[in-house]
Amino acid sequence: MKNNDKGSVHFEGVVKKYGEVTALKKLDLTIEPGKLVTLLGPSGCGKTTTLRLIARLESATSGRIFIGGRDVTHLSATYRAVSMVFQSYALFPHMSVLENVAYGLTVKSLPKKIAHEKAEHGLELVGLGGFGARLPSELSGGQQQRVAVARAIVLEPEVLLLDEPLSNLDAKLRRLVREEIRQIQQELGLTAVYVTHDQEEAMAVSDHIIVMQNAEIAQQGTPRDLYEMPNSCFIADFIGDANLIDCEVRSANDEQSNIVVSSRPLSVACKAKNTGPSKLVVRPHDISLSPPNGAQDFTGSVSYAAYLGNKIQYTVAGELGELFVVCDVTKDPFAPGDDVSIRFDLSAARIVTEETGSP
Amino acid sequence: MKRTASLWLLVGLAGYCLPPWYMTDSGFWSFSWVFDFTADDNGSALLMGTLHGKTWLLPIFLGFAALAAIQVLPIHQVSAARLLVAVASLLLAYTALQGLVIVRDGPRLLAGMFTNLGAGGGQAGLGAGAFVSCLSLLFVLTTGLSFLGKGRGDAFIIGTIGLIVALVGIFVFFPVAHILIRAFEIEGGGYALSNFLLGFFSADIWGLGCFVGGSCGAAINSVILGIMTGTGTTLLGLAFALIFTRTRFRAKRLLRVLTVIPIITPPFVIGLALILLFGRTGTITNVFADLFGVERTRWIYGFGGVYLAQMLSFTPIAFLVLIGVVEGVSPSMEEASQTLDADCWQTFRYVSLPLMRPGLANAFLLGFIESIADFGNPLVLGGNFNVLSTEIYFAIIGTVADPAKAAILSIALLSLTLGAFFVQRKWLGKKSYATVTGKADSGQHATLSPLVSTACYATALPWAVFTVVVYSMILFGSFVKLWGYNHSFTFDHYRRAFSIDFTNGIRWTGVAWDSYFTTLTISTIAAPLTALVGLATAYLLVRQKFAGKDAFEFSTMLSFAIPGTVIGVSYIMAFNFPPIELTGTSIILIVVFVFRNMPVGVRGGVAAMSQLDKSLDEASITLGANSFTTVRRVIAPLLGPAILAALTYSFVRAITSVSAVIFLVSAKHNMATSFIVGRVENGEFGLAIAYSAVLIVTMLTAILLLQAAIGTRKLRRANRLQPVG
Repeated sequence: MKNNDKGSVHFEGVVKKYGEVTALKKLDLTIEPGKLVTLLGPSGCGKTTTLRLIARLESATSGRIFIGGRDVTHLSATYRAVSMVFQSYALFPHMSVLENVAYGLTVKSLPKKIAHEKAEHGLELVGLGGFGARLPSELSGGQQQRVAVARAIVLEPEVLLLDEPLSNLDAKLRRLVREEIRQIQQELGLTAVYVTHDQEEAMAVSDHIIVMQNAEIAQQGTPRDLYEMPNSCFIADFIGDANLIDCEVRSANDEQSNIVVSSRPLSVACKAKNTGPSKLVVRPHDISLSPPNGAQDFTGSVSYAAYLGNKIQYTVAGELGELFVVCDVTKDPFAPGDDVSIRFDLSAARIVTEETGSP
Repeated sequence: MKRTASLWLLVGLAGYCLPPWYMTDSGFWSFSWVFDFTADDNGSALLMGTLHGKTWLLPIFLGFAALAAIQVLPIHQVSAARLLVAVASLLLAYTALQGLVIVRDGPRLLAGMFTNLGAGGGQAGLGAGAFVSCLSLLFVLTTGLSFLGKGRGDAFIIGTIGLIVALVGIFVFFPVAHILIRAFEIEGGGYALSNFLLGFFSADIWGLGCFVGGSCGAAINSVILGIMTGTGTTLLGLAFALIFTRTRFRAKRLLRVLTVIPIITPPFVIGLALILLFGRTGTITNVFADLFGVERTRWIYGFGGVYLAQMLSFTPIAFLVLIGVVEGVSPSMEEASQTLDADCWQTFRYVSLPLMRPGLANAFLLGFIESIADFGNPLVLGGNFNVLSTEIYFAIIGTVADPAKAAILSIALLSLTLGAFFVQRKWLGKKSYATVTGKADSGQHATLSPLVSTACYATALPWAVFTVVVYSMILFGSFVKLWGYNHSFTFDHYRRAFSIDFTNGIRWTGVAWDSYFTTLTISTIAAPLTALVGLATAYLLVRQKFAGKDAFEFSTMLSFAIPGTVIGVSYIMAFNFPPIELTGTSIILIVVFVFRNMPVGVRGGVAAMSQLDKSLDEASITLGANSFTTVRRVIAPLLGPAILAALTYSFVRAITSVSAVIFLVSAKHNMATSFIVGRVENGEFGLAIAYSAVLIVTMLTAILLLQAAIGTRKLRRANRLQPVG
């Protein structure tokens, strides 16, 4: 085992089948040490299965799994240097908080005193020092989640697995706890694999995101890569909000593409895979609205407006279908029913092709 | 893997080389062989093979040597594991085969081949050495399997599965096979299907005459009785469980004791008490006849009496099962329902009750199977009301023993109980009822709606009072000279049974002491073993996925579905000669209790465990605990009530069971119940009832001690009932 591999996770052609159902199609993936990597995707895409394979709560149907450079395909969950934070927390209801956190240490036959000291330290790390004597049922949801995190990290695992750890928390708490998790992960230099279906959460915490769809990887990269360079409609729509507008690519080179949208020619500063029918990806804040001006702009009418304090969200219906637009607050915002002219800022726009249409 | 396998290999080799391979006269637990290990029958397999001419034992040694070589040689781990599995299974198969082929009189098959080897002498039943060797071989095998990636690579899980499969195979399938073969036997030797078909489809079994005024076949009677008892006990048990867990009823502890008493009563005692209450000259019959001029009839002998006795006997089982179920319903579900504007009744009807469905189905299933397998009550009260279990008994014990008929009837009974089992599985489907999750729950249970609580009180309390009356009759009877005739007070019965002479040290002079001590010893050994096997099986069924799981579940249910009488006879037929010769020992009694009562542990464990969130186990495993530690530190503590139920029930059943035991007791190891039956046959009712009363008190004490020792789960705030108002 090479030392610099400690904490890495590597899948080699891993297939998982439940009877006839394929949960993972020949997955190859590498997770670098010390990084927080998110498995993101809609439910049923195979992300939780992937996580459970790393822990060996499921056995792979075929393929090999390496942790820290070592082939652990046949190693049982007990002996893998990973620990997991569960969606339901899975705190042992008959043990006190301290006993819960010390559990992993005591089963490794660490003396009780040392185990409890370490557990107490772990609790302090998650801001729950002094709560050790309580029962899990006497804590709030956020506190329980932190206990679950403390319980996992006191073992100093090579890899920390988090299975939708925040889905049972309210929005504010969710932000707070996810920042804490990120902070602890960076402080301890842990490799963490994080499963979520919430793209905002994924963007906020991850070094690297692996988006999964239909039992395979759809695209992976840094949050920024995925947002700015989506390679499919699915990714464009899934990572951040996006308007997918029908277009026809006429010609394209590496720098620029000439397209036609609603019979109006436009040029976009990106390359298109091929010519023909495609989708133009425009982010909501790259669309600006103005009162009808009779110019060559696209037109539509506001069907819904939501005031969010610093922003206003509009839904605009028109010749391009329904568009989702986010604008800064202006002195006199549009009201539902107002006719508007629509203009795109195409500097960040991308062109993607439907997978089904591509060869 | 290497270390575990090598360890078991060493143990197995020790079993081969040191202790006596065969059963010795001094018994399995005797260690006298240590001082005389070269004697003829004390020899280990090694000595038997080399010195005493049992040459067919020597290849086993070669097998061990091969296994050791696999461990020592530098072979790739996966191929080593494959080799281990192959050699160990071959070796086990060979050991079993030589045991089956060469019996006491010598070889049954291939005699010519063996005489050349000088094997004419035959061999005795397998003993300590064989036991140790085979067990370790089994674990070598499972350890090898686990390394091949089976069962998520967990040696403990695979080992447990292997052990339970082996035990059930040897102690359920092996003897039952003996009985079932009899069903196809024709007089004068040989086997034929026609004999079986003729016997099976007779009107004695499936006749429907009782719907048109005649009498029904035994199977139809059993089904009617079973459905009514199952339904009745489940409803009463639910009423008791609801009162116990959801109301502020004051005498809860008393209620618990009251409902437990009927389980700890030998069945014929309830029958006797009922006869003395409702018989032609019974106390209550007298009252009604004198006050209201009601005609004295013999209604108690027949369906009514059996039904009443079974309700008294089996309601507590439903109660024990349902307490855990009612407690397991998450309060937050009920709170959620109430905040959705459901009232107490709607919450109960549409939330709590559906959540209890698996528990209710289990209770019904238990009641149904208990009822149709029960033989004590129909025997005493049945009259002309024939059920399968008594018919089987009479077929074996009656003036003309007819094992073939008994076997056919058992098949009928078996198909009924298995039918019940499949109906239950289908009804429950695959819905998840997990309500104790890892997410801690701090809500409060809803109070019962007035409608429900009134219904509960109205059914449960009179029943409790009735139970008190029945039991006071038993107590009363043990202190009177001759029940029904001479009601003067006496201690004579107790004195005869349990006197102690202190003149020259302590001498247990009472006639009952022998069987009393035997019963306690055997039950004390059998109870934890039963609970262990039962709950381990439940754990495997609920928590583990493995090939052949359905068959596994089916086989564990099988011993429960076979009435005690049949089990008793089958054990005698199977274990009276080598390779497994256990009749007359205490081991056979322990074994019969473990495998007769294990399904209760399984059912209770399954119901309790399916309410524990699976992520609790997974959390423990990913925190570095192995399965064994997970079971010990996480699952077992959360299964308190289920463990208690399994322990209590198996202890008590071992003491009160009569049907299977009556065939298996010996002069050396007599059990209390068969002793009491003997007294009843001699007409010594006073002594029999006094002894029963002492047994009841003994079991009651044991149950209270167990409850105090294990306690209740501490998962939520202590007071979980809403304040009134």
